[in-house]
Amino acid sequence: MSAPITSTTAPGAARARRSGLLMVSPAMLLMALFLILPFLLAFAMSFTNQRLVSPNPTQYVGLDNYRQILGLGVLTLQPEKDAQGQVAHEADGSVQYPSLRTYTRDNPDYPHLNRMREWFHVGWTGDSRVYVLASDVIFMKALVNTVQFVVVVAPVQAFFALLLALLINQPLRGINIYRTIFFMPVVISMVVVAFLWRFIYAGDTGLLNSLLGHLTFGAFKPVDWLGQPGTALWAIMAMSVWQGVGFHMIVWLSGLQTISASLYEAAALEGASRWQVFRYVTWPGLRNTAILVMVVITMQAFTLYPQIDVMTRGGPLDSTQSLVFQAVQRGYGKQDIAGGSAISVFLFLFVLAISLGQRYLTREKK
Amino acid sequence: MSRSLMPSLAAKALNYTLLTWIALVFIFPIVFMVVSSLKPDLQLLQDASSVRAFLPVGDISFDNYRAAFQRVPIGHFIFNSVMVTAITMVLSLAVCSMAAFAFVFLEFPGKSVLLAVVLATFIVPFESIAIPLLLVVNNLPWIGDQGLTVGWLNSYHVQIIPFISDALTIFLFVQYFRDLPRELVEAARVDGAGYFQIYRRVILPLAGPVFATAAILKFLAMYNQYLWPVMAAQSEDYRPIMVGLQYFFQLNIAWGEMMAYLTVITVPVLLFYLSLQRAFIASIASTGVKG
Repeated sequence: MSAPITSTTAPGAARARRSGLLMVSPAMLLMALFLILPFLLAFAMSFTNQRLVSPNPTQYVGLDNYRQILGLGVLTLQPEKDAQGQVAHEADGSVQYPSLRTYTRDNPDYPHLNRMREWFHVGWTGDSRVYVLASDVIFMKALVNTVQFVVVVAPVQAFFALLLALLINQPLRGINIYRTIFFMPVVISMVVVAFLWRFIYAGDTGLLNSLLGHLTFGAFKPVDWLGQPGTALWAIMAMSVWQGVGFHMIVWLSGLQTISASLYEAAALEGASRWQVFRYVTWPGLRNTAILVMVVITMQAFTLYPQIDVMTRGGPLDSTQSLVFQAVQRGYGKQDIAGGSAISVFLFLFVLAISLGQRYLTREKK
Repeated sequence: MSRSLMPSLAAKALNYTLLTWIALVFIFPIVFMVVSSLKPDLQLLQDASSVRAFLPVGDISFDNYRAAFQRVPIGHFIFNSVMVTAITMVLSLAVCSMAAFAFVFLEFPGKSVLLAVVLATFIVPFESIAIPLLLVVNNLPWIGDQGLTVGWLNSYHVQIIPFISDALTIFLFVQYFRDLPRELVEAARVDGAGYFQIYRRVILPLAGPVFATAAILKFLAMYNQYLWPVMAAQSEDYRPIMVGLQYFFQLNIAWGEMMAYLTVITVPVLLFYLSLQRAFIASIASTGVKG
């Protein structure tokens, strides 16, 4: 930081102190009340049973909220045997297993599984089956979906943004028009975009289906993109990339423009190929930009919400649940501020861990 | 024509083709939205299977707009959005630039700690404080026409006051002020000016570009906000235009009316963007210039 202005006279310094405090205080007080206080409250309330409006006093409940969202259990079950010791089968011929309810409902031998539900199961040795149970299956799905969203959207969006930035960084006539168009969706609200794309993705009349139909000369069978668990999240990912890619294109572009032209001239003199120029001149020069782009994209991707609220509300079959959607459902929908706060804290710790990890991986190697 | 120009011409043609195809991907959904808002539902659905989806042909009218304005109090929602966005923007620029001035040019106790805290809050996504913030604003007092009340939900101020001070805006001003010559402030001090005067008369007139940048970013963030007003401003009196979209949350959507509503929300922003696109793009670029 540069040297502050210091008056030689004591009254001058006192005046600077007083004015300084006075001038920062509005911003700092607002931030303390509406950002830092809620941030700290999120931690504090996640250990209580706080509700938005409640006649009962708030109580400390320890880790209950976290146990409620994160509780996991594993149970291995053997097939049911009939009287002759043979494996029993269901009416449809599949192997029959004991009902999970007998283990998860008030079974004194399995207190840790009480009230859990099946998240998924896998086959194990022989006919036995391993059940993975969760206290809150929907939260687990939200967690997996959010991570999947981030893992796909962050690199894809960063890659396409870089590609667009390289394309519009060429000295071509009229290139500003393209830049203007690529950036357009960024200024449009994600809510608007999500509504608009509901029509594009619609099953019977959707634009995407008719486009694919034309391209394949009618061989393509229409798909209800948002209506089935296998495609809904992918459809939302594609739309999110479309909306946000222009933003990161501009960030890459400003990084590209800091690379000295003399490096490119030198590379041209050496007869470097296009790929070599990118590999040895452009990419090293984009190092800091790359870190910034990845951190920002990842943080944005974790806060996946308006798309979900507008397009699917978590469905079909919870295939598009997200962490923020779950936090809102609990904290606002059910007025369970404590439960919503626990998810918020979890979200924050996740973002923190990822961005620290990113910073570590992309640290300056000396 | 020399031989060395040949590949570059071919490359140019290839570049333009590629750029144009990509541009169509970006612009078609927007064109579709505007065009569809002019068509009756039946034709809109039929046209979706052909290139007519992107052309203003057939039975073109403003009926959808009329119907949408009847279904939804659009005028009032626009007023709410514009008012909340404008007031927040103005207050935010004033409060944050003043704080940045103090951070850069003045020495006061706790300064480096405060600045570090401000920068650290960058990493807190709004989504992770939204739920506890709901509890905070639900317990704050307010003096209005009904006297002293508790709870800020469903009001204008609940959409304005929490968003006045933010790390990004302060950071943008700090970055900009650091590059200004310090002699300006020192000279004004020697002339006997107070610090508020120096901020207003010396620094502000020089800070046009950073004000434009901060204003654009704040405008986009506020006008496009959704999560917070959904929770804090559901009452029709204070509901902004984005939350008004919930009128269309139903099974049998009137697509034409919906497209009309989306167009009403979006076209002013797009025109604003197109007229100031250099400034818009510069504002995003400057968020990437990290110190």
